[in-house]
Amino acid sequence: MSAIVCRDLCRTYHQGEAVITALDHVSLEMDEGAFACLSGPSGSGKTTLLNVMGGLDTPDSGEITVAGRRVDQLSRGERADMRLHTIGFVFQSYNLIPVLSARENVEFVMQVQGVPARQRRALADQVLAEVGLAGMEDRRPGELSGGQQQRVAVARAIASKPALVLADEPTANLDTRSAAQLMDLFVALNRDRGVTFVLSTHDVRVMGYARRLIRMRDGRIVGDEQQEPHPMKVE
Amino acid sequence: MRGSLAAIAILAWRNLWRNHRRTLVMLLAITVGVWAMIFMAALMRGMTDQMVRNGLETLPGEVQIHHPDFRRDPSVVNSMAPPSGPLLHALQQPPVAAWSARVRVPAVVASERESRGVTLLGVDPAAEEAIGAAPGEIVAGRFLADGDDRGLVIGAGLARRLETGLGKRVVIMSQDPDNNVAERGARIVGVYRARFEDTEERFVYGGRAAVQEMLGIGAQVTEVALTANDYRHTGDWYPRIAAAAGDGLEVLPWTELNSYLGAMLALQDGFSLVFMVVIFLSLSFGLVNTLVMAVFERVREIGLMQALGMRPGLILAQVLLESLYLLCLGLLAGNVLAVATIKPLESGIDISKVAEGMAMMGMGTTLYPALSTWDMAMSTAVVVILGLLASILPAWRAARLDPVIALNKT
Repeated sequence: MSAIVCRDLCRTYHQGEAVITALDHVSLEMDEGAFACLSGPSGSGKTTLLNVMGGLDTPDSGEITVAGRRVDQLSRGERADMRLHTIGFVFQSYNLIPVLSARENVEFVMQVQGVPARQRRALADQVLAEVGLAGMEDRRPGELSGGQQQRVAVARAIASKPALVLADEPTANLDTRSAAQLMDLFVALNRDRGVTFVLSTHDVRVMGYARRLIRMRDGRIVGDEQQEPHPMKVE
Repeated sequence: MRGSLAAIAILAWRNLWRNHRRTLVMLLAITVGVWAMIFMAALMRGMTDQMVRNGLETLPGEVQIHHPDFRRDPSVVNSMAPPSGPLLHALQQPPVAAWSARVRVPAVVASERESRGVTLLGVDPAAEEAIGAAPGEIVAGRFLADGDDRGLVIGAGLARRLETGLGKRVVIMSQDPDNNVAERGARIVGVYRARFEDTEERFVYGGRAAVQEMLGIGAQVTEVALTANDYRHTGDWYPRIAAAAGDGLEVLPWTELNSYLGAMLALQDGFSLVFMVVIFLSLSFGLVNTLVMAVFERVREIGLMQALGMRPGLILAQVLLESLYLLCLGLLAGNVLAVATIKPLESGIDISKVAEGMAMMGMGTTLYPALSTWDMAMSTAVVVILGLLASILPAWRAARLDPVIALNKT
């Protein structure tokens, strides 16, 4: 079954009098359990496509279906509900809530979902251990390194067991070692939990982890190929 | 829903303390504002209470019963039988604390040198004491011994005007029911001093039976004054007295007997509310500014919460909750401060330096601030309702943020 189906998506932005075409008739299908990478230079439309897939942005025209639901036809509140229950987000710049501890950040989505306190605490601790942050549950974001913060963000994204994880330039602010560790984590979660991963990046080393590589330029898909993953090697 | 509310409750509380200094400054402003609201209301309530009590002393009572025509023509022609049957029974039930059947007629009192128009009151001194209408201070002689006392008690001001005094004889004249002059000589057995000179010159007290005998009206009286010692709630119980009195008598609360006093009470509550609103409006600018800054500083975070699936309504609720926390803390501190500063002043504030002006308003030389739970509740309601209304705009703006734009905010 398809996790994501895009049909003829268009999205333009107005910047002053200039009209910027972020998505230009984009169509693609993504199977459940996929590990795909959107690549391309800045301004190619990667982030806009991720935002549209995640219901953060709406297309001007075209159809987008995520986990069987037409996202482009949902209201603002319904899209929020879909993100809450179906999608996990990982952003470029960690984006943790600074007044919450690592555990509370991971628990946050589950708390809004209404998961009982004891259950969500156990899940949060388990996922934090899974991403290598056991013992750091009570630290606040300011007390963690960039790589550790990004791991907390990943833990938050996967803790509520979403069908789809969207990651926008997740390694952009990480050093090589942290980036490799994070990508290894993504691969393991994709393999062990069957979560669909869609990443955007212009880092060729990150692209090497993907089984499907979608190349974009000027809002169009200019290449879409399956590949044998070839992860980076870090000394 | 419960989980969402718990999540935003924690977030709102912690966000409140992210900028300690700003929160504490705003908290201080709300505390002082709430204190000012309650303090002002306590002063106004104290002033009004005093004015109304002074007014009720001379009225007297919180409710009066008359012949239907007595107020139009206050003479013995319009007298009535003393309370009996259902009316007497009603007067003996709570909340009526005391009542006094009186004869009140216009009269002339003459000494050997002067004469003055006065209001002659034929009273039972014990009942008069019970309703709080007896003269407060007897400066010479005594008050009436009982209803049969044939002496007169006059005010010091009147004694001065008549150039008479204790032990002297005067002649008191009025009209009997047949419009003939009814008069008798009486000895001054007491001289009283009242808060206002006008009262001293106006009222002359005599034993009720003696006055009834002079006027030739048998046991008839002209009014029954009663009190429950709670003038603010007269409207709740006086209709029961009116029902017991029947159609042949007029039963009126003090607010109708003295409409100026009645208006004072309504004005006081109205003024207190206006003061509270004005004080809070000046505070609300600071509150809105605090929230706008708090939202502005957290645009990315709000975008993140939206991206994670928080509905706009929850974002709005979170900002409102943050405001509510601030308001509640300010209310708590303001109320404590108000109690701590007003309670010691309830024994009275000396305002003798402006006593002349105060006397014109029916007040004495001491002001008694009255701390009231109603005023505290009203200030709480004003702060919470207006505070949340003022917070809606920044909260609404936070809830309407576009998550894509918010997440990219640097």
